[in-house]
Amino acid sequence: MSLKNSLLTATALAAVTAGGAFAETTVTIATVNNGDMIRMQGLTDEFTAANPDIKLEWVTLEENVLRQRVTQDIAAKGGQFDVMTIGTYEVPIWGSQGWLVSLNDMPEEWDADDLLPAIRGGLTVDGELYAAPFYGESSMVMYRTDLMEKAGLEMPAAPTWDFIKQAAAAMTDKDNEIYGICLRGKAGWGENMAFLTAMSNSFGARWFDENWQPELNGEEWTATVNYYMDLMNNYGPPGASTNGFNENLSLFQQGKCGMWIDATVAASFVTNPNDSTVADKVGFALAPDNGLGKRGNWLWAWSLAIPAGSDATDAAKKFVAWATSKDYTALVASKEGWANVPPGTRTSLYENPEYQSAAPFAEMTLGSINAADPTNPSVKPVPYTGVQFVAIPEFAGIATQVGQEISAALAGQQSVAEALEKAQALAADEMEAAGY
Amino acid sequence: MARAVTQQRKIINTVLAWGVGLLIFFPILWTILTSFKTEAQAISDPPVFLFFDWTLENYAVVQERSDYMRYLWNSVIIAGGSTVLGIIVAVPAAWSMAFVPSTRTKDILLWMLSTKMLPAVGVLYPIYLIFIKLGLLDSRTGLVIVLMLMNLPIIVWMLYTYFREIPGEILEAARMDGATLKEEILYVLTPMAVPGIASTLLLNFILAWNEAFWTLNLTAAKAAPLTAFIASYSSPEGLFYAKLSAASTMAIAPILILGWFSQKQLVSGLTFGAVK
Repeated sequence: MSLKNSLLTATALAAVTAGGAFAETTVTIATVNNGDMIRMQGLTDEFTAANPDIKLEWVTLEENVLRQRVTQDIAAKGGQFDVMTIGTYEVPIWGSQGWLVSLNDMPEEWDADDLLPAIRGGLTVDGELYAAPFYGESSMVMYRTDLMEKAGLEMPAAPTWDFIKQAAAAMTDKDNEIYGICLRGKAGWGENMAFLTAMSNSFGARWFDENWQPELNGEEWTATVNYYMDLMNNYGPPGASTNGFNENLSLFQQGKCGMWIDATVAASFVTNPNDSTVADKVGFALAPDNGLGKRGNWLWAWSLAIPAGSDATDAAKKFVAWATSKDYTALVASKEGWANVPPGTRTSLYENPEYQSAAPFAEMTLGSINAADPTNPSVKPVPYTGVQFVAIPEFAGIATQVGQEISAALAGQQSVAEALEKAQALAADEMEAAGY
Repeated sequence: MARAVTQQRKIINTVLAWGVGLLIFFPILWTILTSFKTEAQAISDPPVFLFFDWTLENYAVVQERSDYMRYLWNSVIIAGGSTVLGIIVAVPAAWSMAFVPSTRTKDILLWMLSTKMLPAVGVLYPIYLIFIKLGLLDSRTGLVIVLMLMNLPIIVWMLYTYFREIPGEILEAARMDGATLKEEILYVLTPMAVPGIASTLLLNFILAWNEAFWTLNLTAAKAAPLTAFIASYSSPEGLFYAKLSAASTMAIAPILILGWFSQKQLVSGLTFGAVK
């Protein structure tokens, strides 16, 4: 009966909508399933009330499915989406292919100069801004204040890798299932390799030299991976070679990790008393460094871009301008509080005293984002942009294979030297085949 | 004595059957249980089985965020349409293979099955481009055609084996009585093969309902079925297992209920004939 009723209601609604329809443009938005995006979806009515001639359709997909789906559509010019949620990896590649609409002509009140320079730089190709940042994130150290105190140590605001190792050793209590440090081990360019590439920057390593020759079996990469293995094998949780963000989040929330170095977005999860058993015992610090002038944190911005094949470019631009504006931030703040606004894109947000008091990790996030430079990520010069990735189309494939070798080493199936030799060989092959 | 052994064997068989049944059903049961937990309980270690605070909150969240009925309707049309279309194409094909086989019939059957060995992703791009040209992207018609083609080899094979069980003499007798080909298939063959056709229909409906590769890759907003509904609740950054379970439960519920009611037909269809 209720099914029948629902069907009747649906039909009636459809009839009403069809009856009242006028010339409206439909904007189809492809997006990922995370808190800030879902909130944006919930505010659809606010946008359509101000723009009654535009109808919004949402396609929400899991991150990896979405990436595959939108890549396929944009490469084939399928025209399924008018707005795509993409990251700092895709924007430079797609922008230089001519696949995206330039956003240099956004309205003045949108205020492009207010965007954080590091984020804006990552989304710009040859002076053209190809995507509007919706929220930005970096990575940082999250640690248990109670365990740190028990170990008789104090976390500096900007720790070194040596301090991290010392603290991990002091906090580890395997009998009680407490592990000093939890890090990503699951293979993938956006999984363990995102962490390791960011970490390698602080060890002075780089993926490729100025002539695009891989350096994976070089001194710096060897030092990075050996340090990582040492931390994980001695102070990490068992079975870490299959741990990604969610697995580590679960371990941390259950009080099994002393420290966890991962995305800044995790801060709101681990401090949420509904989900986390350690919500009131979490401290934050910048990602570690090695005294070489670069920190081991990454930079990512989920951004809204308009594919060149869209038949609703003007309406799509209106939507993008709305969703990434200062007014949108204020709208979210008025409905859900300042702690829930999308962070990490605009200077003005970090100058807002209300935001500063509502989000205790605001300063840390800003510091982390500013510490990452996508155009100059490591100590030595590089021919590419990207902090935890290399913005070339071949990277995702190469880094996923390299990640599998390192994950296998973490699982004890081969030595670090073997893994890196294989990684070097496969990277060299792929790059040669790609014509570098 | 003999009776006692039979009794004992019966008990062992029953326990074994229940054991295997529960083992197979357990992941579904766990999904359903998780959908009534809070996110914290969903990941708690050790896991909680039955004694937790049952909540409907996840369902409320899913209901509020997604238009479930639209996805459900798309699933019904796509799965139902592709199955019916498949049967319409497959019945004549299976008839000719079963009753008027040529020297190449065996080869054709094997060749048809061999198309299932190609990974679907291998033809994704060509099909995507064809769909752009024909304007079939994100349309239910397009998915009905693709899923019908994907499942056609299985439908033909199943119908072929059922038809082979039917004595050709009966059809011959009908022909002697002056039945046309159409009448022969519609009024003589089909009624005899009803259990077989019913189980083929059901199995293919289930296959089409669960199909996640094409339904995710060829749809966007308009034609997205329940597989896309589930995919929208999966997240690599954030623990939303309880909500994902609620969405999954809502997506599998219709097919689970359908399976329940049609159990008899499914089993009788699958064991149809004397030699099976």
